[in-house]
Amino acid sequence: MNSRLVDRIATVIFWAGALVVIIILGSMISYLLYHGGKYINWGFLTRPSQVISAGGGIGPQIFNSFYLLVMSMAITIPIGLLAGVYLSEYATANKFTEAIRLSIETLNSLPSIVVGLFGLLVFVNMTGWGYSLISGALALTVLNLPFMVRITEESIRGVPGSLREASLALGANQWQTICRVVLPTAFPGLVSGVIITCGRVFEEAAALLFTAGMSSPPLDFSQWNIFNSASPLNPFRPAETLAVHIWKINTEGLIPDLRRVADGSAAVLILFVLSFNLGARWLGRRIYKRMTST
Amino acid sequence: MKKWKVMMAAVICLAALVALAGCGGQDVKQGADNKAQQLSGNITAVGSTAIQPLAEQAATQFMARNPNAKVVVQGGGSGTGLTQVSQGAADIGNSDLFAEEKDGIDATQLVDHQICVVGMAAVVNPAITVDNLTKQQLVDIFTGKTTNWKSVGGPDQKVVLVNRPKASGTRAVFKKNALGDAEEAAGIEEDSSGTVRKIIKETPGAIGYLALSYLDGSVKTVSLDGVAPTKENITAGKYLVWGYEHCYTKGNPSGVADAFLKYLMSDDVQKNLIPQLGYIPSTEMKIVRDAKGNIKNK
Amino acid sequence: MKKSFAAGAFSLNSELPGKILTTGAAFLAIISVITIVGFITVKGMSTFVVNGVSVKEFLFSTSWWPDRLPEDGGPQVGVLVFIFGSVVIAMLAVLFSAPLSIICAVFMTEIAPSWGQRFLQPSIELLAGIPSVVYGYIGLSLLVPFIRNSFGGLGFSILAGFLVLSIMILPTIVSVLTDSLRSLPREYKEAALALGSTRWQAIRLVLLPAARSGVITGIVLGLARAFGEALAVQMVIGNMRKMPMTILDPVITLTSAITMDMGNTPMGSLWNNALWSMGLFTLMMSCFFILVLRLTLRKGGVAR
Repeated sequence: MNSRLVDRIATVIFWAGALVVIIILGSMISYLLYHGGKYINWGFLTRPSQVISAGGGIGPQIFNSFYLLVMSMAITIPIGLLAGVYLSEYATANKFTEAIRLSIETLNSLPSIVVGLFGLLVFVNMTGWGYSLISGALALTVLNLPFMVRITEESIRGVPGSLREASLALGANQWQTICRVVLPTAFPGLVSGVIITCGRVFEEAAALLFTAGMSSPPLDFSQWNIFNSASPLNPFRPAETLAVHIWKINTEGLIPDLRRVADGSAAVLILFVLSFNLGARWLGRRIYKRMTST
Repeated sequence: MKKWKVMMAAVICLAALVALAGCGGQDVKQGADNKAQQLSGNITAVGSTAIQPLAEQAATQFMARNPNAKVVVQGGGSGTGLTQVSQGAADIGNSDLFAEEKDGIDATQLVDHQICVVGMAAVVNPAITVDNLTKQQLVDIFTGKTTNWKSVGGPDQKVVLVNRPKASGTRAVFKKNALGDAEEAAGIEEDSSGTVRKIIKETPGAIGYLALSYLDGSVKTVSLDGVAPTKENITAGKYLVWGYEHCYTKGNPSGVADAFLKYLMSDDVQKNLIPQLGYIPSTEMKIVRDAKGNIKNK
Repeated sequence: MKKSFAAGAFSLNSELPGKILTTGAAFLAIISVITIVGFITVKGMSTFVVNGVSVKEFLFSTSWWPDRLPEDGGPQVGVLVFIFGSVVIAMLAVLFSAPLSIICAVFMTEIAPSWGQRFLQPSIELLAGIPSVVYGYIGLSLLVPFIRNSFGGLGFSILAGFLVLSIMILPTIVSVLTDSLRSLPREYKEAALALGSTRWQAIRLVLLPAARSGVITGIVLGLARAFGEALAVQMVIGNMRKMPMTILDPVITLTSAITMDMGNTPMGSLWNNALWSMGLFTLMMSCFFILVLRLTLRKGGVAR
């Protein structure tokens, strides 16, 4: 009887704990959307930011966030994918594998501020690039690489061994099997993993403060030559992302409508993060469905 | 099978992109080198986040007039600005302090351009009835000797110190000119003037200091020795808690850097932009101060 | 041109390119760790090597006066206050977060799997996705005033810091825990229930002990994340360079000192070097956490 009572109490506590977490999340998101949602309009999303007068938008910041995302993912995905394949397919239990695993674990637990400092030292100062998109992208790569590797490994683990054996039995070599059988089968997992990694790029600020910089020079959106220094695509220009912008206006903002921009940017950022998460789920499920039905 | 091809294409594109980014980088760098030799085009101004808004705005206007010139303004802090300009990594280093006041900087090779003056006021929570403090009272409050507002004629309320970070220019200027270099007791430190203002507004008994540009009526300013922190008192040399905003160049500036610094001293910036930001144009100052703190009439 | 090059490099008929590519990518991970550790170590050691500060003074002194003139006792860079702040906040955050994480993980795997997977798991993934700047912003505008009004003090406090952190590290702990709970053989639970134990007894006496390695891993990883978090914490702890006396006192951490002063101090000065040494200390702590993880897991004889 007594143990039944304890069991009931425990169950109640578990439900309460779960509800608490959901309520915390719900209230945070509704707080952000409630306060910032009313400021979001087309002008706010596209106008350049102002440094001293009211009425600025966050257009360049949104562009920078996305561009940085593309740049860093272009480096992260191939490396992370290949390293993940190595760990799950080729690695044997030896010292080298052990060293790789240890490295990935270390990278995974590196505080982003340490990565930022490293970026400041190497990418910003030693290479002479200054605060630039490329420095930021490389710092983000360091941060996201372990995550990407883990996702690849996990998705590949989910591939049934029988598929692999069948392919090998048909005479395919290991690399052919990986490319034609294993990776396509692991594709849904990979896609949602990649999208979640994208979300992580969006939310990073501490490492970018020291690498991509906190300034957003005026962008000339008619200039699409990547080598032109005024071009928005130039990887060697400093760029402030949305998360860094929130940090900056909260610390050094002189604009009179600071509250509006800060609340609005936070709401926009949350919306992006939300859509990345939901998008990852939706896309992952959809691709899975299409692949299993064909 | 088809999916595999799509994936393959994606991988190839990615690889090509990476390769492109790599090559692109080198091209751009070479381009920049050539430009530097021809003395046309690009400069960077790095440093103090306090001048950053001013410099960014001025740079935008400057570039509108000189379409071939490009001025990239970056923050990073006064220390970063001074370091980078000394190393030659940036053309202009912005600083809240004299280069002589910063450790580890060889000030002799740098040329100082004082763009404007930032006045600072001691501010208190609106509920504190004190309007005026003597310099000694202020020092006692910030060094922790006075811990209750009662002893300086205020209400019976504990003093709460709100500071800027130790390395911040605002704090260094305030410490030097208002506290006579007396060492402050430990207090809350906030990286942001906006947050300092918010805390002082909301916390009973709080005292801190803000640049005049951050005063918006939500906190109460305090006069020092009977002199109010106003623009007039600062330009006339009556109220001494202020500091210059410096733009440093390594040696005398030339080319775009020179033109940009001249533009910063032109009426366009001095008469319009600087007052708009709440700073005081250095052209209006009737006194000058050197790195050692000596003041003389202009 | 592009295509033919790609076709050559990606030819599937040979085993070699695959091996080389993947091994190279994996090797890159090792290289990056070595360079990061190397560079930060060299830069961080300069406080001791160039400026001649003793390691003991740096770690165990509470006098942080990097701007004091030599005639007043010289610049002093003791960072004990910062270390203390970081450690206290991280520990409290984990103490608060770990039980809640265990509750959530068990809820998702044992109590209400379907409900948990549909609502709780996405929520927790979202928590992980919320940017730290936004956490700090919410803490600053909601939590700090709330603490000031209901508990007194300034609001900027250890309490605000660890509450914000504990929510931030919750997803880390939960995800490790759910993974290890899910990987337990179904028979464990069934056997316990068949022997007549209640669900709670099965969880407490069988499942959680069996998932011990997951619990430890989750907690240590959470601790590491809490220790390294910078921006969100800095916005709510008040950054007071003094030993805190109560949980409502403001405090300062290593990471917030680095973000606040790094840009304002010239490279190469003692002050700046000391900040790099703090960065090195943070790095060493995260390596230390990994070491702890490896040792305990090996000692516990738990295969991963």
